[in-house]
Amino acid sequence: MIEHSELLVDWSRAQFALTALYHWIFVPLTLGLTFIVAIMETLYVKTGDEKWKRTTKYWMGLLAINFAIGLATGIIMEFEFGTNWSNYSWIVGDIFGAPLAIEGLMAFFMESTFFAIMFFGWEKVSKKKHLLSTWLVAIGSNLSALWILVANGWMQHPVGMHFNPDTARNEMTNFWAILFNPNAYSKFLHTITSGYVLATLFVISVSSWYLIKGRNIQFAKRSIMVAASFGLIVSLFNLTTGDDSARQVAMHQPMKLAAMEGLYDGKSAAPIVAFGILNPKKDYLNDEEEFFYKIEIPEGLSLLGFHSFNAYVPGIKQLVLGDKEHNITSTATKLAIGKRAVNALTAYKEAKKSGDEAGAVTALKTFEANSKYLGYGYLDKVEDVIPNVPMTFYAFHVMVSFGFWFIFLFIVMLYLAMTNELEQKRWFLKLALWSLPLGYAAQEAGWIVAEVGRQPWAIQDMLPVGMSTSQISSGSVMFTFWMFAILFTALLIAEVKIMTKQIKIGPKEV
Amino acid sequence: MKSKMLHLFKSVYSFYYDGFNNMKLGKTLWLLIAFKLFILFAIIKWLFFPDVLHEQFQTDKERSEYILQQLTKDKS
Repeated sequence: MIEHSELLVDWSRAQFALTALYHWIFVPLTLGLTFIVAIMETLYVKTGDEKWKRTTKYWMGLLAINFAIGLATGIIMEFEFGTNWSNYSWIVGDIFGAPLAIEGLMAFFMESTFFAIMFFGWEKVSKKKHLLSTWLVAIGSNLSALWILVANGWMQHPVGMHFNPDTARNEMTNFWAILFNPNAYSKFLHTITSGYVLATLFVISVSSWYLIKGRNIQFAKRSIMVAASFGLIVSLFNLTTGDDSARQVAMHQPMKLAAMEGLYDGKSAAPIVAFGILNPKKDYLNDEEEFFYKIEIPEGLSLLGFHSFNAYVPGIKQLVLGDKEHNITSTATKLAIGKRAVNALTAYKEAKKSGDEAGAVTALKTFEANSKYLGYGYLDKVEDVIPNVPMTFYAFHVMVSFGFWFIFLFIVMLYLAMTNELEQKRWFLKLALWSLPLGYAAQEAGWIVAEVGRQPWAIQDMLPVGMSTSQISSGSVMFTFWMFAILFTALLIAEVKIMTKQIKIGPKEV
Repeated sequence: MKSKMLHLFKSVYSFYYDGFNNMKLGKTLWLLIAFKLFILFAIIKWLFFPDVLHEQFQTDKERSEYILQQLTKDKS
């Protein structure tokens, strides 16, 4: 039933993915580094030690580079909403409008005002006022992220709204339900804490480079002490928010959970795959083995998804074919319900047009009764509900395994900093230095899990991606894809060049 | 009251003026920001990213009808 050209949909998706992934190179470092400089400045204000002031100012300089280069990279996604995704934008308009407007106002007033004081106000305002501004920049930047993640959380688990068949728009019925959507706040907390982990890796990595080079030793040690302490706390918190996110996925997006774990056949007391190589020949109908090789933790997936050792976790097969024993509706049934909803919507529209009020009332009742699975009405076949399993599986495992490595790294770095042994462990400093790219890989992998894993949905169960695109030429999307690829790559090169130049210059310290 | 406002305005102006004036790397970054915003809004948005529904239709009613038509056009 999806008529939009597959080529157009694929290029629109690719363009959005490219934009989002590049945007996300800059954002998490800003989210985390603002807090790290705020902590360093607090130490300066508390102790009055000028060394902390110089340390703060140095990291603030690198924060400024990242902020300046990353600034407005996200606005391109808004351009794409209006041009490539106009159907989607219209349908969700009312839900996205309020959070994004609040984000815009907050970002403008909090960040721009206090950013200026943070950078220009060292000698102009009192120490305490300056410190307050630095903390408000940190809090303001993170609250800005809240609103966009609330919008994303709503797409993964739509709540607090009602689809109006007269306007073809979702209308907000409960702002608080959208704001406190469990999916939204677990996503927000997991995302911002992952940014803190990345910023910690950044500070540790740069400081390790100084120690390896044998320069700015005291500065590097001070920075590592703050970053590793902060990083250890936030990475443990990130672990708990990840657990909460997984539970939300288990409850509201079971197909995504099955893809994350390569679970084709559901089971009780399901193990979690710690490491695995998927069998590419496996599909939900054949009897091939799921993995060529795997290392499992018994009952781990049941525990992760449902906080119970014996809980049943449905696999892709059960989610497609249905499972009466576990009360799982088959995708074929959902497709039939979805098609009834689409037909009722059509009948409603025609009845309204012809002035048949009684017909409109009947059609509307049928629509309301079936609209829960409206999106399934636009799918062609049951297999359309299965996301790209290898991409989701490997991205999830990259994210989690790197996440555990970072916790270990922070523990060891903190220990070495406290025992003053950092310079003696050069091999570990090298590991710390090269952990920064792993941090970026984990960040991007997290978004791949979130967004690839929820395919084919733009709005879960309500609107597939294929119905969300505009009727425009795929050639124009292809052209702008490559234009953005060049622009973003240039920005990334600028970021790396300016950043490495400043790092090589180093802090003003003997 | 008027002189207080003027004083406040002068303080804010000199705060930003001195801040920008004393920047070293910051000037390069501001140039980069200005160049990027120019490319994004004056070229990319203007030339390649029109708001499709606002360009094609005059009113929200027409836009609603179009989207409803998209959502219902293949009755099966």
